[in-house]
Amino acid sequence: MTVMEQRGAYRPTPPPAWQPRTDPAPLLPDALPHRVLGTEAAAEADPLLLRRLYAELVRGRRYNTQATALTKQGRLAVYPSSTGQEACEVAAALVLEERDWLFPSYRDTLAAVARGLDPVQALTLLRGDWHTGYDPREHRIAPLCTPLATQLPHAVGLAHAARLKGDDVVALALVGDGGTSEGDFHEALNFAAVWQAPVVFLVQNNGFAISVPLAKQTAAPSLAHKAVGYGMPGRLVDGNDAAAVHEVLSDAVAHARAGGGPTLVEAVTYRIDAHTNADDATRYRGDSEVEAWRAHDPIALLEHELTERGLLDEDGIRAAREDAEAMAADLRARMNQDPALDPMDLFAHVYAEPTPQLREQEAQLRAELAAEADGPQGVGR
Amino acid sequence: MTTVALKPATMAQALTRALRDAMAADPAVHVMGEDVGTLGGVFRVTDGLAKEFGEDRCTDTPLAEAGILGTAVGMAMYGLRPVVEMQFDAFAYPAFEQLISHVARMRNRTRGAMPLPITIRVPYGGGIGGVEHHSDSSEAYYMATPGLHVVTPATVADAYGLLRAAIASDDPVVFLEPKRLYWSKDSWNPDEPGTVEPIGRAVVRRSGRSATLITYGPSLPVCLEAAEAARAEGWDLEVVDLRSLVPFDDETVCASVRRTGRAVVVHESGGYGGPGGEIAARITERCFHHLEAPVLRVAGFDIPYPPPMLERHHLPGVDRILDAVGRLQWEAGS
Ligand SMILES: Cc1ncc(C[n+]2csc(CCOP(=O)(O)OP(=O)(O)O)c2C)c(N)n1
Repeated sequence: MTVMEQRGAYRPTPPPAWQPRTDPAPLLPDALPHRVLGTEAAAEADPLLLRRLYAELVRGRRYNTQATALTKQGRLAVYPSSTGQEACEVAAALVLEERDWLFPSYRDTLAAVARGLDPVQALTLLRGDWHTGYDPREHRIAPLCTPLATQLPHAVGLAHAARLKGDDVVALALVGDGGTSEGDFHEALNFAAVWQAPVVFLVQNNGFAISVPLAKQTAAPSLAHKAVGYGMPGRLVDGNDAAAVHEVLSDAVAHARAGGGPTLVEAVTYRIDAHTNADDATRYRGDSEVEAWRAHDPIALLEHELTERGLLDEDGIRAAREDAEAMAADLRARMNQDPALDPMDLFAHVYAEPTPQLREQEAQLRAELAAEADGPQGVGR
Repeated sequence: MTTVALKPATMAQALTRALRDAMAADPAVHVMGEDVGTLGGVFRVTDGLAKEFGEDRCTDTPLAEAGILGTAVGMAMYGLRPVVEMQFDAFAYPAFEQLISHVARMRNRTRGAMPLPITIRVPYGGGIGGVEHHSDSSEAYYMATPGLHVVTPATVADAYGLLRAAIASDDPVVFLEPKRLYWSKDSWNPDEPGTVEPIGRAVVRRSGRSATLITYGPSLPVCLEAAEAARAEGWDLEVVDLRSLVPFDDETVCASVRRTGRAVVVHESGGYGGPGGEIAARITERCFHHLEAPVLRVAGFDIPYPPPMLERHHLPGVDRILDAVGRLQWEAGS
């Protein structure tokens, strides 16, 4: 019977009862980014934590300027600076327990260093001597990830696996505002929410994806709003307020650890330097915008709060700077040594057991190296 | 010695057995993918696993191939051994970013600190009358990616033995399942513990003296049939089943070609940029002085996979293979 023939007998019935699966209200982010510094809430913040954050911010800023200087000396192929974003980097590292995992993007060297990774090991990717200079399992820091947003599903999978094993491990994954447009961002958030995986996503919205401003990246009210559609809370925080980022991330980590599932945190911040040392930021943004953000500098904000409350004086500031200077001097000295590279390493880690094909190529390279050591060779000789 | 009564079993059943045995042997083995749980997969290869091992170990994931493989990466980072199912060959493409940028190179980028023991099961190839996107032969893409093993069984026993080996491997393995052989039966004893087959070895399925047919997966039965048919014309064909495309068993292949002096590579995927070109070049480089004729290829046409009503014209069949064998009576200068 066709639909037309049925028509006489057809009685429209209402659709079966439909109810939203989750009440979206508690998932929605606040209209304004959460702040602590300069508000009454700052009085409740733990002075020890604030001082710790301050010391790390100062180190982080110095790390950024030192690494950028190393690019000028040809010691680093490239460096994507996180100057201006140090509060996010440092808070991301400090909210995690030792057993937790950090999933950084290529810009997040500083988060890895703040978590305790040797600054030289953290830079091997950017120096070009090896892709990852450390054992991810030892530090519970995934390799710095270059393809945008692809580390997010890894974080979800790891957090899920940990929960299946009964370990109360949380994964924190970092991504940029541009990365939120990638398909992997969507798939990761969706998996995380469906599996209720103990994972926290931190978007560092620094205004630009290389040259493309946020307005051309998304039409969403905020990036934190994207969480609601997946069924997880979205949180908006002032990314230059180290105390606020630490608080929001701590809450999200605690929520995840307690079995509450994932959270998407958007930190509103700004990239003061160009995308990398190779980028010319004057082509896509004006000085006044940069200056406005310089006035909201994460170090100045915290320094002001601490000195106002008598938690920091000139000596303390000098001590933090000296400590940062020592770190930079050590980094400079060690980065100025040429890394010892073994070309045979090319074949060492492709498979657990090299294939017969790789063994042949290994022999070829070994012969080439021997010939090189013996002096110049001619064609067919 | 007790003789075991061999019963007919399908390749799909052998694959299921391999998954079940691997899961029973190692709690780290997790099966995941679209519809693999309650339904048992669209080809029923994961049938019963969710019931036996629970939904945490045989998981219906959201419908997202990059997400499936990407989360499997994180699970492997934490010590699990994920076995992911891509529902059909052409639906694995959304996962290529994860496959190529991460799965294939995590061991390398971490200098061996973080191997990823992931098995990626991909039903592949045509001949089942599937509509578009259900019949691709994607092996050349996988072969071109260093860091992956690429394995494809053609017999019921190999389906079991190679899948067990793939799951046990500490490296990622793309396990290509020739979907038109899922229901092919073979004498295999489903009640006996199966044997695990090492990855990377080709086998001679039929010995002969006048030429070698080199093939794998769905084209093996076609080549065996062609070899039988060629007898009438006085050709005694050897048939080599590669079983593993990466690593490649040069030894078995070259030993055969040196014996016979003539070779035809047969596969469904397109010839241009396809596996046959690589195999022919390897043979030429290693066995040039033993060759009586150029190495020939019988491949699918270099076209997007055709609609089902035309696929029989595309797939290498017995006649096309025999035609190539005839061209092996090659004379220099002819
Ligand atoms: C998949 C992918 N596409 C393109 C690039 C090239 N690329 C590197 S950084 C970048 C912009 C990223 O912007 P965002 O996610 O906002 O992070 P930010 O650089 O601001 O930290 C682009 C396009 C890449 N790394 N990965």
